[in-house]
Amino acid sequence: MASTETAGSPRAGTADAGRGPSAGSGLRGTAPADAPAEHTGHTEHTEHTEHSGHSGHTDGGDPAGGDLAGVEAGLDALEAVPVRRVPLSQVLRDKVLPPVLAVVLVLALWQGVHAAGVFPDYKFPGPGAVGDSFLDLWYRGEVFSVLWTSVSRGLLGFAASLAIGTPLGLLVARVRPVRAALGPVLSGLQSLPSVAWVPAAIIWLGLDSRAMYAVILLGAVPSIANGLVSGVDQVPPLYLRAGRTLGATGLAGARHVLLPAALPGYLAGLKQGWAFSWRSLMAAELIASSPDLGLGLGQLLENGRVASDMARVELAILLILVVGIAIDLLVFSPLERRVLRSRGLLVTAR
Amino acid sequence: MAPTTLTAAEQDGTAVTAPSGGAPAVRIEHVHKSFGRPGAATPVLDDISLTVAPGEFVCLLGASGCGKSTLLNLVAGLDRPTSGTIEVTGGRPALMFQEHALFPWLTAGRNVELALRLRGVPRAERRGEAERLLELVRLKGAYGKRVHELSGGMRQRVAMARALAQQSSVLLMDEPFAALDAITRDVLHEELTRIWTDCNQPAGSERGGLSVVFVTHNVREAVRLAQRVVLLTSRPGRIAREWRIALPQPRRIESAGVAGLSVEITDELRKEIRRHGQH
Repeated sequence: MASTETAGSPRAGTADAGRGPSAGSGLRGTAPADAPAEHTGHTEHTEHTEHSGHSGHTDGGDPAGGDLAGVEAGLDALEAVPVRRVPLSQVLRDKVLPPVLAVVLVLALWQGVHAAGVFPDYKFPGPGAVGDSFLDLWYRGEVFSVLWTSVSRGLLGFAASLAIGTPLGLLVARVRPVRAALGPVLSGLQSLPSVAWVPAAIIWLGLDSRAMYAVILLGAVPSIANGLVSGVDQVPPLYLRAGRTLGATGLAGARHVLLPAALPGYLAGLKQGWAFSWRSLMAAELIASSPDLGLGLGQLLENGRVASDMARVELAILLILVVGIAIDLLVFSPLERRVLRSRGLLVTAR
Repeated sequence: MAPTTLTAAEQDGTAVTAPSGGAPAVRIEHVHKSFGRPGAATPVLDDISLTVAPGEFVCLLGASGCGKSTLLNLVAGLDRPTSGTIEVTGGRPALMFQEHALFPWLTAGRNVELALRLRGVPRAERRGEAERLLELVRLKGAYGKRVHELSGGMRQRVAMARALAQQSSVLLMDEPFAALDAITRDVLHEELTRIWTDCNQPAGSERGGLSVVFVTHNVREAVRLAQRVVLLTSRPGRIAREWRIALPQPRRIESAGVAGLSVEITDELRKEIRRHGQH
């Protein structure tokens, strides 16, 4: 009998002795009468009765000592993944300090090269001259109007791209003939610099804001649509199956399963779409200058070139860079981080 | 020493009488399924006929390539049979996968609530019902937890709560515990048995029974859980034999009763597998 072998082996007995008294003692009372006679005084006694339980006792008994909830709570506690909050001081040290240091270093280098007099002043003004140029713009009260002219255009154009690119992306992702027809075109448009559209837009739409918006749309819509397509393509099929068994089909399926699942890819597309919007807008403003268009950052740059005012050119480049970085830091990065973190996709580097 | 509590094996095709009268929970009749182009199609399921009674717990057992997952997909309505009919009473069956398949953009509680919402439960009742279901799988405090904050076993329990939220009378399970460690799996077996038993109590159950069709390639798991074990052959899948397991629940996977019948079924399973190596 298998039970006799198990109980008789000292190795099995000692290994099993650690199993705790609750299971063994619980069975002791129900053991067949012949069991103690065989093994009186043995520490394996309780073990043996458990193994021989089938001879008289029913198969069931009282599993896990009757305290399944306790076992489960213990397992949960052992396996739970602790979520750590990073203290503010560490965030400042790890995330804020390095970029600030980098900026300071670049400024110092800039000032150093300028002070060394390697290039003539009019070709390479130092940070001080650019600062003066900024103050000049400031005292004329034009800083915000210049920024706003461009930023509002960029944001409005981006919003329109969002409204067009999202349904377009969904159509391309989900409708096979549309995908076959438009998919390659969308990818191709992404590699076409949208500056190439500026002459066409000016001829078709005239020298006004409509031309600007057309250029922004042609730059951003393909990015946003492509982002959504790749987001949808990367949705694990398991989620779609799970959604369907829950009854999320058709529109409910798109709303509750497909779109939320595709969100990370979509957000990446939005981020790229914004970068494309901003870039194409600057290119368009630089090329198309007209009094009707108002003074934006692109025009500021162009005016600086016309006036051979290198400090103003550098200022315009800096402002364009700052706006691009600021929108990314204030809008897209937090959004992306939040989405990824809530899904456990963002591993905090340690 | 033969375990006396076991009934003799029944040969294929043997009708199993339903414990309670009325329509079966699942009726599968002469189902064939092949994949691929017509003419060059590979048969996956060949003439499967199976009836699951209301409240019954059936395990489908077989080696790789027996089409058990395919069969489950057919019953779940995720795919159509090439020929034959499948009837499921009580609406769309709930389905649990080997992966938890919880939506990572929702909390554990919201995952359950989504199932309630898609079932048409009014908004005001969802939160309370979701908490009750989480409590049923003993995850009372997990409502606001994100999926990635839960352990493997906890995730499968949330998935179970979500499946139960559908309130279907049939629960399909596709190797739901295969990816878990042995300790957790053992605990979840017991949990599943408890919930299934509770759902089929004549008193205090508003939902009128729960049938479970559980797919596995683990013989002991099948014997531990099921009232009936159905062995499928591979390539194509046919029903080879079935056994009724009369051991009382809750069983223990280590017990001699389970082990004894597992030996018998494993021998039979190996016999089926061996046939494939001969030609």
